Amino acid sequence: MKTIVEVRNLTKKFNGLMAVDKISFKVKKGNIFAFLGPNGAGKTTTIRMLTTLLKPDQGQMLINGFDPLRQQDEVRKSFGIVFQDYSLDDELTAYENMEFHGVLYKIPKDKRKKRIRNLLKIVDLWERKDDLVKTYSGGMRRRLEIARGLLHYPQIFFLDEPTIGLDPQTRNKIWQHIKKLNKKYQITIFFTTHYMEEAEKMAQCIAIIDHGKIIAQGTVAELKKQTRTKSLEAAYLAITGKTIREENATGLDRMRIRMNRMRGRMR
Amino acid sequence: MISTIYILWLRQIKRYWRSKSRIIGSIGQPLLFLLALGFGIGPIFAKAGAGNYIDFLAPGVMSQAILFMAVFSGIELIWDRQFGFLKETLVAPVSRLEIVLGKVLGGATIATLQGIIVFFLTLLVGFRPYSLKMMPLAFVLMFLIALFYTALGTAIASLMEDFHGFQLIMNFLVMPSFFLSGAIFPLQNAPRLIQIISSINPLSYGVDGLRQSLGGMVHFGIGKDILILTSLALLLLSIGSYLFSKIEA
Repeated sequence: MKTIVEVRNLTKKFNGLMAVDKISFKVKKGNIFAFLGPNGAGKTTTIRMLTTLLKPDQGQMLINGFDPLRQQDEVRKSFGIVFQDYSLDDELTAYENMEFHGVLYKIPKDKRKKRIRNLLKIVDLWERKDDLVKTYSGGMRRRLEIARGLLHYPQIFFLDEPTIGLDPQTRNKIWQHIKKLNKKYQITIFFTTHYMEEAEKMAQCIAIIDHGKIIAQGTVAELKKQTRTKSLEAAYLAITGKTIREENATGLDRMRIRMNRMRGRMR
Repeated sequence: MISTIYILWLRQIKRYWRSKSRIIGSIGQPLLFLLALGFGIGPIFAKAGAGNYIDFLAPGVMSQAILFMAVFSGIELIWDRQFGFLKETLVAPVSRLEIVLGKVLGGATIATLQGIIVFFLTLLVGFRPYSLKMMPLAFVLMFLIALFYTALGTAIASLMEDFHGFQLIMNFLVMPSFFLSGAIFPLQNAPRLIQIISSINPLSYGVDGLRQSLGGMVHFGIGKDILILTSLALLLLSIGSYLFSKIEA
């Protein structure tokens, strides 16, 4: 299988603090790849560098064969992304958000129309397409962002904590959609998570990251074998010497939900 | 290129049109200036032999409305950044220049519309432009003021992470620009210091040009006004684009 993401010695410091520390990894085309680690491990910083939003201090990256530092537009056309925090325009309708994206990615009008229709149907939002996004629930927003991120038919789809702050049912539904898309279009999925079970269930390959370093990578089976454990959770404990800071994470989760609600009110 | 700029422009217009409270709210301040200053100072102005104060004030208040709306539209970039929408634009395969142009043109259009709304308000309180032939020129001037201040707002917003500096901008940039532009009092007889400050205040040229095209009163001369405003708008647009291209999200 071909490699679609290749990263070597990627490094980023913020005010002397190592956010990402010489990480290297590869993602195979068509795979579902998980970046597993606690909050603050460097997952989002890595994604920002891969998606041309942030310049690394050191290291090489190749996305779909292109360099995010020198071939920005080619890289940008190659990926779709769902950011950790919502990035929709609340004052526009779902359809207008899609249309905006389609025009920025220069998709011809007739194609654009067809694709928007298809994708909004896939994520069950076609009936609500003309409602302002500010009337949407968290799950609906996430689904819309997924549809939007796929509109230009990216080769690789980045999902940064795609199910954070969502209830279990919605979380399942989002994952059904993602899996369907992965199968149907053979899109490579690159997602970050701090949910152990999400990584175990969904990903074909996992990289465990903590304090800016990748400390282990492989398939779930390989990680279990390496550590002679029976579950990913036990493997994680064996590798990092601690459980994923779940309490910590859920606290942050709650804060994020509250923040998002507050934002809704401020508008 | 054009389609990117257009869709960004359209987004601004839609957002403006949909927030009726914002439109109504932003008429309040110019209306207050018109009524309170217009009718409060008007009689003294006339007694001093300076003519009809409403005629003098109206172009000033239009400029004020444009100034506020333009700076605010530019600063809205911070809003986009805080609410995440900016990232969606930044990961798109479009040049940063296109994004800035779309945003600035959108903001400038809104601010110009605001100026036109206030123009109609001034008619209600008794302002009469001296010639309809000059109206297109007045709209050009409105747009130039709008363009400059939206670009300025965008440039400032590119340097700001959040809204904490907003009061600073209002109190040390927007308000002084308005008060020291000759919008509410004639510059001719003002103290030397105020004249000097006014002559380096871009809004002075906007007010002067607008006043000339609507009421025929001159201070700097309309050719100079347009030349200065256009060059400054282009300069700020370049600075804004440069600063915007440095944004990391």
